[in-house]
Amino acid sequence: MSESPASSQSPEAFGASEAPQTNGAQPRVRGRLRGHSGAAILVDDLRVKRGKRAVLHGLSLSVPRGGVVGLLGPSGCGKSTLMRAIVGVQKLQSGTVTVLGRSAGTASLRHRVGYVTQQASIYDDLTVRQNLRYFRAVLGASASDVDRVLDATDLGDHASAMAGSLSGGERSRVSLAGALLGSPELLVLDEPTVGLDPVLRVDLWSLFHRLAEEGTTLLVSSHVMDEATRCDRLLLMRDGELLADDTPDGLLAQTGATDTESAFLTLIQRHPSSAEGGLE
Amino acid sequence: MNPGRTLATAGRVLTQVRHDPRTIALLLVVPSLLIGLLAWIFADTEVFNTIGPAMIALFPFIVMFLITSITTLRERRTGTLERLLSMPLGRGDLIMGYTLAFGLLAILQSAIAVGFAVWVCGLEIAGSIWLLLLVAVADAVLGTTLGLLASAFANTEFQVVQFMPALVFPQILLGGIFLARDQLPDVLREISDWLPLSHAIDALQAVAADSQDAAWIGGELLILLAWIVGAIVLGSITLRRRTP
Repeated sequence: MSESPASSQSPEAFGASEAPQTNGAQPRVRGRLRGHSGAAILVDDLRVKRGKRAVLHGLSLSVPRGGVVGLLGPSGCGKSTLMRAIVGVQKLQSGTVTVLGRSAGTASLRHRVGYVTQQASIYDDLTVRQNLRYFRAVLGASASDVDRVLDATDLGDHASAMAGSLSGGERSRVSLAGALLGSPELLVLDEPTVGLDPVLRVDLWSLFHRLAEEGTTLLVSSHVMDEATRCDRLLLMRDGELLADDTPDGLLAQTGATDTESAFLTLIQRHPSSAEGGLE
Repeated sequence: MNPGRTLATAGRVLTQVRHDPRTIALLLVVPSLLIGLLAWIFADTEVFNTIGPAMIALFPFIVMFLITSITTLRERRTGTLERLLSMPLGRGDLIMGYTLAFGLLAILQSAIAVGFAVWVCGLEIAGSIWLLLLVAVADAVLGTTLGLLASAFANTEFQVVQFMPALVFPQILLGGIFLARDQLPDVLREISDWLPLSHAIDALQAVAADSQDAAWIGGELLILLAWIVGAIVLGSITLRRRTP
């Protein structure tokens, strides 16, 4: 915990982790998150097939408003599919997804939800600024918003560089900057920190916590377990099913493990259908 | 649909093209070069004056079809389409934005092709050159909108390139270039009456020979326009926000 600047800059976001690992920690966080009206995301019995493969089989979960919620699990466990369902671009077999009180994908939600795909979805043959200007125009955000998000993602120096000439990490930051335009209430970020310099990763996590303090809900996926400690809440997924929905400390207390990786392993062993396979 | 978002999309596509000077050069010059080559091949005959107008319809149509279908497929493949569809962009905004951007390029391309054919290659135009240009532009825009529609049904670059022979070649074969349409077998003649390129070629030949009045040309233009609108509408409908 101590290596994370996020925890020192925003102690409130880590309120739970600073309390001793008792049952008292959990209600405190829950209470704070519940303080906002209703859940940000409600998924009920969601079933999704991609091609012939069933990816999500009856997934139900709820994400409270405000705070950074980590969606963790090995690659291929259905994180991206769940995120696609939440932003309303995934065809569903059955079940419902409610986002900010409305059915996911509703036209009015498209202003209120920001989405970053795993692969940087930007135009390589435009400059960084031209990319953001276009997304800004589509969102109808104010013109000054472009400079704000360039600043927030530390891309000011690259503003006039062609997106295609940037490194992978820089490109994914441009993609993230695009999602910050118009200050959406919910940010759905699919592996936003993959391949980033450690310093930059820390910077991004403090940005996420800053946004959370301003009231934004962030759903951040990752297959790197050590990012779990940076989240206010965790959703652990495996093979299209939810293994745990808890605070990082609650998870450790529940499993008696010392880190998230081993907590995850414990949960897999406890799970009824855990006979086969390892993590990856 | 929203005019601001449509124009922003058109502007974005044009900015992308602007960053690629080689594409612009190819786009604007290749049809004229092909027309020039044809004029050279038939230099000592009267053939160029008969098929020249058809070529003005053909090359821009093919080039715009290919460029549009590949560009929009790329949008699908790089994930930007998924991003846009999760944003408040209407499906019509996207299709119209592309149509406007490539339509503008089509106007430039057709203008150069017509100018080159008439003033450099000596194509004889008995009718109005403006009317000739108007039909040529409508035809190139049609190539654009059909390309947009085709890309909706393609998942890979291989597929989208195959749509060219599948959708465009039959129109060329039946369009009256190889054999005048009234000499085609009855069934093929019937089919060719329904194909948009046939009407574009008929109209261009009529302007070149000044064989029909403006009202008749207007009728042919309306048919092209109906195809353009149809392809835009169908393209918007087939663009799905939710994908499997």
